[in-house]
Amino acid sequence: MAEATATTEHVYVPLWRVRLSLFWKSLRTNWAMFSENPIGLIGLGVILFFALFALAHPILMNTIWEPRVYDPISGYDMEIPFHPSPPSARHLLGTDPLGRDILSQLMYSTRYEFALGILSAVVTVVIATTIGAVSAYYGGIIDTILMRLADLVIMVPFLPILIVLSALTDVGMIELALVIGLLSGFGGTTIIIKSQALTIKVKPFIEAARVAGGSDFHIIFRHMIPNLLPISLLYMMFVVTGAIFSEAVLSYFGLTTIQMSWGIMINTTQLFGYLLRFDTWYLLIPASLAITLLCAAFYLVGRALDEVVNPRLRRR
Amino acid sequence: MWRFLGRRFVQMLITLLLFQAVTYFLIDAQPGDIADLLTLDPNIPPAERERLRAQLGLDRPPAERFITYIGNFYRGNLGVSFQEYPRPVIDIIKERLPRTVVLFLTASILSFWTGFVTGKILAWRRGGWIEYASTITGVTLYTVFTPWFALMMIWLFAVALNWLPAGKFLDPLKWLDAPISANAVFARMIWSSFFALVIVFVGFWFSNRVPRRQRLVLRAASLLVPLVGMLLYWRLSGLGFYAWDIARHLILPVLTVTLIAYGGTMLLTRTSMLETLREDYVLTARAKGLPDKVVRDKHVARNALLPVWTGLVFSLGNSVSGGIITETIFSWPGIGLTLLNSALVADIPVAMGTLTVVGVMTLISHLIADIGYAFLDPRIRYH
Repeated sequence: MAEATATTEHVYVPLWRVRLSLFWKSLRTNWAMFSENPIGLIGLGVILFFALFALAHPILMNTIWEPRVYDPISGYDMEIPFHPSPPSARHLLGTDPLGRDILSQLMYSTRYEFALGILSAVVTVVIATTIGAVSAYYGGIIDTILMRLADLVIMVPFLPILIVLSALTDVGMIELALVIGLLSGFGGTTIIIKSQALTIKVKPFIEAARVAGGSDFHIIFRHMIPNLLPISLLYMMFVVTGAIFSEAVLSYFGLTTIQMSWGIMINTTQLFGYLLRFDTWYLLIPASLAITLLCAAFYLVGRALDEVVNPRLRRR
Repeated sequence: MWRFLGRRFVQMLITLLLFQAVTYFLIDAQPGDIADLLTLDPNIPPAERERLRAQLGLDRPPAERFITYIGNFYRGNLGVSFQEYPRPVIDIIKERLPRTVVLFLTASILSFWTGFVTGKILAWRRGGWIEYASTITGVTLYTVFTPWFALMMIWLFAVALNWLPAGKFLDPLKWLDAPISANAVFARMIWSSFFALVIVFVGFWFSNRVPRRQRLVLRAASLLVPLVGMLLYWRLSGLGFYAWDIARHLILPVLTVTLIAYGGTMLLTRTSMLETLREDYVLTARAKGLPDKVVRDKHVARNALLPVWTGLVFSLGNSVSGGIITETIFSWPGIGLTLLNSALVADIPVAMGTLTVVGVMTLISHLIADIGYAFLDPRIRYH
């Protein structure tokens, strides 16, 4: 007896440490697969760049930028007689028709774009993974109802609904993120995750968990959903792209109550009639390019993750 | 097949009803109604306000109003536009729908065809700078911020080069003494191009069934006959000038939508081709010594078409949504622009009507997708 405890003590490792080392190992192999693909690395680089860009704004505002001049919403530079002004040493990307610094606006908006994208992606994934797992696990009438609902939501034209909604009510960043998250969470993402959940449902470990006396709730949340998370993560990336794009389009049409975002910057340009003038390129191009780059970056990371997560696309 | 279609039709009707219910109650749940708008003047007494609400039926419960609306809808009465009072909504939709359909059908077919052909070739030539360049182009076109891309196209072709008009459906100055309305000219344009396309299609269809020498003659004829026919028709009817004005306005939006949709199709074809290339029968076909072109076009591309077809149909559905963006930026007076404008001024009958039309268009495109599968993959059967 004493010998037995001694040996178990010798090899005893706490469970969390086993899990952590397993997690670390799978992270390393997945990273090795991910980093083989230059496209994914480029995407990740762009996302990191924008993250730093967003983080730099409060620092710059507190150090070298005087808030009265550089505030993204209420700033005004009185030393320049005519706004919009082209890029100069004082304003690296010029000023907008209201005399506000464009670089400051661009950086300030970045954090909201991230927040919007991530919030809607999280909402989508929580809903889609839960519904997908529940619907695959129970089947029958629950499955039918949830999948017909998904069919209906897929059919709903996304942008038109958002336009009608935001024209009739005040839609801010959080409402927008929730609506986008709900619409994509109940729609296409659910169907894809459910098809994945169906393949997990028939695996032996689910059977084993049931034999061991695990409740439905336990099986769904402890055994199925952790196995669905990789594919959920993949679809998060595509939802982020969609959310940022939708926000930009709605703000560009002037339908949101958001104070400052990349879409609002283009909207301001349009309101003041500088849209089709190439001499004031600094009003239109930075914001549009930022939207395009961030959307493309999340899309590229999604594509690269697809190759890691989806065994059919793997090269080996 | 017919039974499948019948059942599918019933399902579509139910889906449409649900869709209408959701949109109706969503819009109804918004604060304020048309009576508030009509009685903005504070001098109007409350009793008069209530009388107006009763007259408009706004005092009745939402469920009752919804049933009335649905009853009227399926009898073809979509209500009256608030903005262009007393014009019926159905009139507005009849006028705008062909413009949207023409724009997106042309662009979708063009982008599908070009995307499929180039994707096919690119998958065959892997590696090197071509692969990187094509992937970057594809991803850029796929993820570019659509309004910006459309603006850049306008800037390039309409402002800098001044080749094409910047937007709108026609140039009003040229239409001052036009003999018939623009919509009549547009209808004739649709019909004449439809017949021309049918001739081209039938000609090419038959040309695959005749010997090689006659094939070229037949193909040339099936291209030349409609072309000459179109020229003669517009020349003799004296409307060519007006038709050309509309066509000129159509080029830039079609080009923009085509390019945006092209990226997605090209990337999808390429991925799908690469997956199919790994199949064993491709190896067999090559081992048999078939020429590369035959392997590529007959063995690989035919089987790689299925996911691309799904992509096309989903993009058709999306292009209706995306159409709002393109139509707004090009001021192309189609369904999308109408929807946006009516939503902006809270013209609820028009917003409801156009939203329903968009829903119907999405439903139809999904139906076409399912029928297309059966043709593309003989293993898929509908019962």
